[in-house]
Amino acid sequence: MALKLADYKTEVHNDWCPGCGDFGIVNALQMALAEMGIERDKATIFSGIGCSGKTSHFINTYGVHTLHGRVLTFAQGGKLANPEMTVVAVGGDGDGLGIGAGHFVAAGRRNIDMTYIIFDNGVYGLTKGQASPTLKLGEKTKSLPSPNTNYAVNPIGLAVASGFTFVARGYSYDVRHLKDLIIKAVRHKGLSFLDVLQPCPTYNDINTRDWYAGVDLAQESMERHSRIYKLEDSHFDPMVRYDDETEVNEKLSQALIKSLEWGSKIPIGVFYQNEIISQYSTRLTDKIPNYLENPPSKQKISENGLPTTDVSEILDSLRV
Amino acid sequence: MASIDFTWLIGGPQGSGVDSGANVFSKVCAEMGYQIFGKREFYSNIKGEHSYFAVRVSDEEIRSNVNDVTLMASFDAETIFRHFNEIPKGCGIIYDSDLDKTTTDEVHTLDNYFKERLHKELESKNKPFTIAGVLEIAKEKGVHLYPVSFRELLSTLAEKTENPKLKGMVRLFNVLAVSLSLGLIKMPLDPLLQSINSIFSKKPQIAEINKQAADFAYDYAKSKFGSFQYALTGNAKRPDTILVQGHFGTSIGKMVSGCRFQSYYPITPASDESVYLESHELLEIQNDRPGSTLVIQTEDEISAMGMMIGAALTGTRSSTSTSGPGFALMTEALGWAGINEVPIVITLYQRSGPSTGLPTRHGQDDLLFAVHAGHGDFPKIVYASGDIEESFYDTGRCFNYADVYQIPVIHMMDKFLSSSVVTCKKFDPQKISIDRGMLLDKVEGEYKRFAFTDDGISPRSRLGLDNGVFWNTGDESDEFGHITEDPQVRIKMMDKRMSRLDLITKKIPDDEQVVSFGIYDFTIISWGSTKGPILDAISMLKKEGINIGFIQIKLIHPFPSDYVKSILKDAKTIIDIEANHSGQLGKIFKQNISREIDYFVLKYTGRGMTSTEIYDSLKKIIENKANKREVLSHGA
Ligand SMILES: Cc1ncc(C[n+]2csc(CCOP(=O)(O)OP(=O)(O)O)c2C)c(N)n1
Ligand code: SF4
Ligand SMILES: [Mg+2]
Repeated sequence: MALKLADYKTEVHNDWCPGCGDFGIVNALQMALAEMGIERDKATIFSGIGCSGKTSHFINTYGVHTLHGRVLTFAQGGKLANPEMTVVAVGGDGDGLGIGAGHFVAAGRRNIDMTYIIFDNGVYGLTKGQASPTLKLGEKTKSLPSPNTNYAVNPIGLAVASGFTFVARGYSYDVRHLKDLIIKAVRHKGLSFLDVLQPCPTYNDINTRDWYAGVDLAQESMERHSRIYKLEDSHFDPMVRYDDETEVNEKLSQALIKSLEWGSKIPIGVFYQNEIISQYSTRLTDKIPNYLENPPSKQKISENGLPTTDVSEILDSLRV
Repeated sequence: MASIDFTWLIGGPQGSGVDSGANVFSKVCAEMGYQIFGKREFYSNIKGEHSYFAVRVSDEEIRSNVNDVTLMASFDAETIFRHFNEIPKGCGIIYDSDLDKTTTDEVHTLDNYFKERLHKELESKNKPFTIAGVLEIAKEKGVHLYPVSFRELLSTLAEKTENPKLKGMVRLFNVLAVSLSLGLIKMPLDPLLQSINSIFSKKPQIAEINKQAADFAYDYAKSKFGSFQYALTGNAKRPDTILVQGHFGTSIGKMVSGCRFQSYYPITPASDESVYLESHELLEIQNDRPGSTLVIQTEDEISAMGMMIGAALTGTRSSTSTSGPGFALMTEALGWAGINEVPIVITLYQRSGPSTGLPTRHGQDDLLFAVHAGHGDFPKIVYASGDIEESFYDTGRCFNYADVYQIPVIHMMDKFLSSSVVTCKKFDPQKISIDRGMLLDKVEGEYKRFAFTDDGISPRSRLGLDNGVFWNTGDESDEFGHITEDPQVRIKMMDKRMSRLDLITKKIPDDEQVVSFGIYDFTIISWGSTKGPILDAISMLKKEGINIGFIQIKLIHPFPSDYVKSILKDAKTIIDIEANHSGQLGKIFKQNISREIDYFVLKYTGRGMTSTEIYDSLKKIIENKANKREVLSHGA
């Protein structure tokens, strides 16, 4: 039975604020799952804590709403134990780049085959609008008592530097483009990262939908001019094409330089992709040859209530 | 008393081969049919600080160390300064005679606190602050001294074997110390040579050098050392005996129990277990393709906990192993596992806290912490093992409890257990059963992960199972696992989860909860690794016609109140023995069964209890000479 978009929606009441960018991301994710035809019981959405963290309850696949900042740890554990499952982790910018930043970096180093989506709204939505790690230095959203005193983290740059092998940015109001990005990210062999620019109409009055649309710029130049443009429309090739240090370094540095672009022009699309770096599962099969055929979750450990693991060799070596 | 009760102590700077010397000695004694109880003490340091290993050898079952050392083999000055007082009259010290003139000030690793105490003693006895000084005290007490110049020994050997390289080979000092000891106690040399062969099986040249040194030193001791009243010439071997290190019980227990995922962050004394699991990651499975334990070293303990939970949600038996500081970081996710009814096992190898505390020393400091770990009310099991052999079977139980009650289990272990080397009965994997509880293999119809049931336990799907879709959340949830803040559902869900605590004390067999070693007027309550020294102290007293009762409480949370109360009804005086400052089990005991502890025997120096110490304090208690709190302090 072919699955329809509706099959990926739950009946759970969605309590996001009207106009929240999160809706677009959930829609894109559901559309991507439907388009890829991934069975509902073969995918798990892991989520962090925040407005964004509620996402897993709106999607009709396995859903694990974890702890603030820890979503990647749960997701990696699940994927490692059951590598057949499609795993998508989602969470806020505070979740992934503030409290969870250490896990972000460590996940990059592992390169486990799964996808991580950050809902990048510049604020801590669910705790009423404090500055998130992506809010620029000196900016003062309406919920802040005084301007932000911290320098902003660069999610794309950090992902590239940490070893993520697919790094892209989407925009929550360009749902089709985002859906395509999610499909690419899920199909990528290795750890993929999506930084999704997500307006929070309630607390972030700087990076609003109108701002991304360039309404303010339009007033100056008398013509409407979106800040957002697509990398694929420029001559930007994110793909590492061959296993060569110069090639890798070039693609890494161009991604980093691109990620610094902000202000009147904001690129979305794929910044970097490298399928040459080994996936974690390959590193595991080097030492556990049948890891993928017989992963932890599939292993038979007992028969009629008795253990079947044979440790007699170990015990004999300890015998005196 | 056993007819043979011999304690051998070897000491030296960390990294100088004290451990391997002791392991070889233990192996040789075990091969000769003796029972072994060895313990290792070391600083939080990699090279240079003082470490030592005390190996107790007997022809009867032993479960602890004693205060007295029968023979000390030392190849550095610090060992002599720190331990000379532990050797009683008639016992012996083998030492490097080149060290005679070494002063306390020349040993940089002797801290001032210790030096001050030692100087005071030497002053009061009018002795110089040198090795010769302390050895004079020993000699006057009646200790036999066996001086030998280690360098000269090597020079002579170098000449004899025409191998000048041997001359200054300090690395051979440990083999010399072991071989000199074996020569002195008339132990056959063969097992030692075999041990060397197996240790250096991949480096035959090094094996050869070690064997030459061993042979030579052994003969030297036999011909040059005077007599010694103790001899270990061998004993009838007990069938099915193994020689194990502290973490083998839980590691091998995890393999057998079907634990296939272990995430961890390095910490003493827990990481040995994970490293062992990884070095044995490929598993042989009866009638099936090979299995494996996936061991993941994470970026921190928070991640170890998250990964373990993620893996457990796929139906994989999963665990982590940590110590106090790491466990402190795990507590938020512990509550998540609690509210989501995820079966996980945390093996908690305690050490002395608080904070970093005494990072490489023993302590049973974390019982109350384990019981109360995590915010909010949620059920968990805290289960404590008393010795290494027990920890193997208990690991199997912990995984069953976790699966059957869908609950996090904290398995209490400690540094005393992890750094001992003991002989015990070979582990029997067939005595471990595997009960996965309500884990589903297939799902039909509508599925609710947290369905309300009569006993509060819901059939459990796993991530990836056909038709078994469910949700988890750290928020309060409905039967599907979706967030709810409805007050009535909240009551039902809280009651469903918490009802498990009663179920556990009702369902788990009594003798898995509490082990009674007899109830008398004076009865000890204790938990964990104090078991061994307590049992040994009790049998010492029994030989004098004094009976002391003892119950070992294994299930600490939920506390088996009714059962403990009923078995203790005839005990008049309750003695709580624990390696912590506040008598943590005593507090739990009092809170649950409203009965006072009459005496506390406590130790928090970071060194494990000896049976001698416990014997002494029990004596004082019986003779009505004890304080309510007896605080023990033996051990360097
Ligand atoms: C350990 C911990 N600290 C603090 C919180 C409170 N908290 C809930 S959501 C949140 C921030 C959410 O911001 P973000 O991750 O950016 O998600 P958003 O709401 O913006 O989607 C915080 C700090 C928590 N749940 N857990
Ligand atoms: S607070 Fe912001 S991020 Fe949260 S739901 Fe409302 S609009 Fe969305
Ligand atoms: Mg945010």
